[in-house]
Amino acid sequence: MAVTIQDVQHIAALARLALPPERAEATVRELNTILGHMDVLARVDTEGVQEAIGIGARGLPVRSDSDGPVPLARALDAFAPSLRDGLLLVPRLSTHESTEEA
Amino acid sequence: MTAGERPRSAADVRKEVRNGARDTQATVEQALQRAFDVKAGMDGLNIFVSLDDALLREHARGAATQLADTEPGSLLGVPVAIKDNIASLHHPTTCGSRMLKGYISPYEATVVARLRAAGAVPFGKTNMDEFAMGSSTENSAYGPTLNPHQTDRTPGGSSGGSAAAVAAGIVPIALGSETGGSVRQPAAFCGVVGVKPTYGRVSRFGLVAFASSLDQVGVFGATVDDAARGLRVIAGHDPLDSTSADIPVPDYTLAGTHSVKGMVIGRPKEYFPESLDPRVRARCDAALAHLAALGAIVKDVSLPHTDLAVPVYYIVAPAEASSNLARFDGVRYGRRLPGDGLRGMYEATRTGGFGPEVTRRILLGTYVLSAGYYDAYYRKAQRVRTLIADDFGSVFGSGVDLLFTPTTPTPAFRLGAISDPYEMYMSDIFTVTANLAGVPAMSQPIGRVDGLPVGGQLIAPHFEEDRMFAAAYALERALGDEAHR
Repeated sequence: MAVTIQDVQHIAALARLALPPERAEATVRELNTILGHMDVLARVDTEGVQEAIGIGARGLPVRSDSDGPVPLARALDAFAPSLRDGLLLVPRLSTHESTEEA
Repeated sequence: MTAGERPRSAADVRKEVRNGARDTQATVEQALQRAFDVKAGMDGLNIFVSLDDALLREHARGAATQLADTEPGSLLGVPVAIKDNIASLHHPTTCGSRMLKGYISPYEATVVARLRAAGAVPFGKTNMDEFAMGSSTENSAYGPTLNPHQTDRTPGGSSGGSAAAVAAGIVPIALGSETGGSVRQPAAFCGVVGVKPTYGRVSRFGLVAFASSLDQVGVFGATVDDAARGLRVIAGHDPLDSTSADIPVPDYTLAGTHSVKGMVIGRPKEYFPESLDPRVRARCDAALAHLAALGAIVKDVSLPHTDLAVPVYYIVAPAEASSNLARFDGVRYGRRLPGDGLRGMYEATRTGGFGPEVTRRILLGTYVLSAGYYDAYYRKAQRVRTLIADDFGSVFGSGVDLLFTPTTPTPAFRLGAISDPYEMYMSDIFTVTANLAGVPAMSQPIGRVDGLPVGGQLIAPHFEEDRMFAAAYALERALGDEAHR
């Protein structure tokens, strides 16, 4: 299952990362080298073995959300990149007519 | 640090503050002076990414007004360094990354709040591999931390700054975080004690997530007792972390009075391969001989799936990281870089904010989770992870109380010596297993090789940290100065 340049371009898009061509080529080599060491796992018999879920803890308990959010020690505008009227601002989708900041 | 020199213990600091011989301001001043003397700043050992003298003095004055309490694990007046991925209200929390440069958290990690409640003074934020991804602290956006023992060597990672802060004698206790050995490996490289508690023993509320099924806050101590006192304070159930276990926390310092006579200590053959540095092997054998002389029964055991741990870890951890780090997108916090529309902003922010190793792991994690590869990589790795955990269950279920292994295959390597990512990943080979199985483990100094510290690792069953500490206290006493020469 060798990683191809198309694979790298695809996963970079999924991960919202922009890779210039030379970096994408290097990534193909790096991932193939790393994943080559993972091939040993394919030879392990795991028939009937459960996947590790919540290992070492007591399952994966769900925290009640009845108490509401944890209060913040400082206001949103102290750390949010862009804020208006208490709402976080994001740029418009590039598929829209204008690409200006909302 | 000068050979033979030791920092003041947490117990001594607390005692002096309680009896009025010194106050918290004096302990903080001493730590600041030590940081200055050893050149802990960016132009020296590069241990701290933020250390605000004026703020520390102000907090020390506040702490000094606290009444001396009677908690046995109290850290009254003790300065404690904090890894840069643990949220604190007054220092930035940047995870060693450009992505979070200048970011000050709007809430405080439970472990930091507990330290303050015990009278400790959070003493600056320590350097680390970016988002805790690395084994040498070379992946920090702030540049590498230097090993205080030999400055051409790495302190290990990812919690290299915290390990170095203790090793340099600045603080007796520091907090780190573990995902695959990020406390134990730097502890071994820096000649200090490093503890990874059981998964669920310590709250992770306020620890910036890397791989949520593996992450755990850990403790460094100059001595076993320092580490025991630190863990005693931060451990315990926290309603804000659903993975934290509601199990009573023993006073680990009492473990120092327990005997190891009759304790069965397993020596897993997979951790002593032919390729192991013979000088590291000799130190481990000497440590085991000390434990046997104290009445412990040393027994050869096997954990047959150990060699699969690094491949499993480097599928599971990047997969979880690719999900956890999706939140750094320039919208809610951290850095935003302009781009073409929303998607362009995402890409510009993330590409400009993350360094090469974090980018590599996000891509690797995205790949193993993507359609067509999920079963072959991620699902398979999670099944093999069960086999690795079952190895520990079988050994501990057969009457073995603890395991003893080398913490790392070699002493600290030179800065820049390892450029191949997988070769770097292999430096975690003896530590990742405990994270995958969720069991507690710790490293303590057991001697030196060419002046560089060697760490010995104890591994215990889930929530049996006190048993681990009992052996560690006993071994530390038996080794004496041999642990540091």
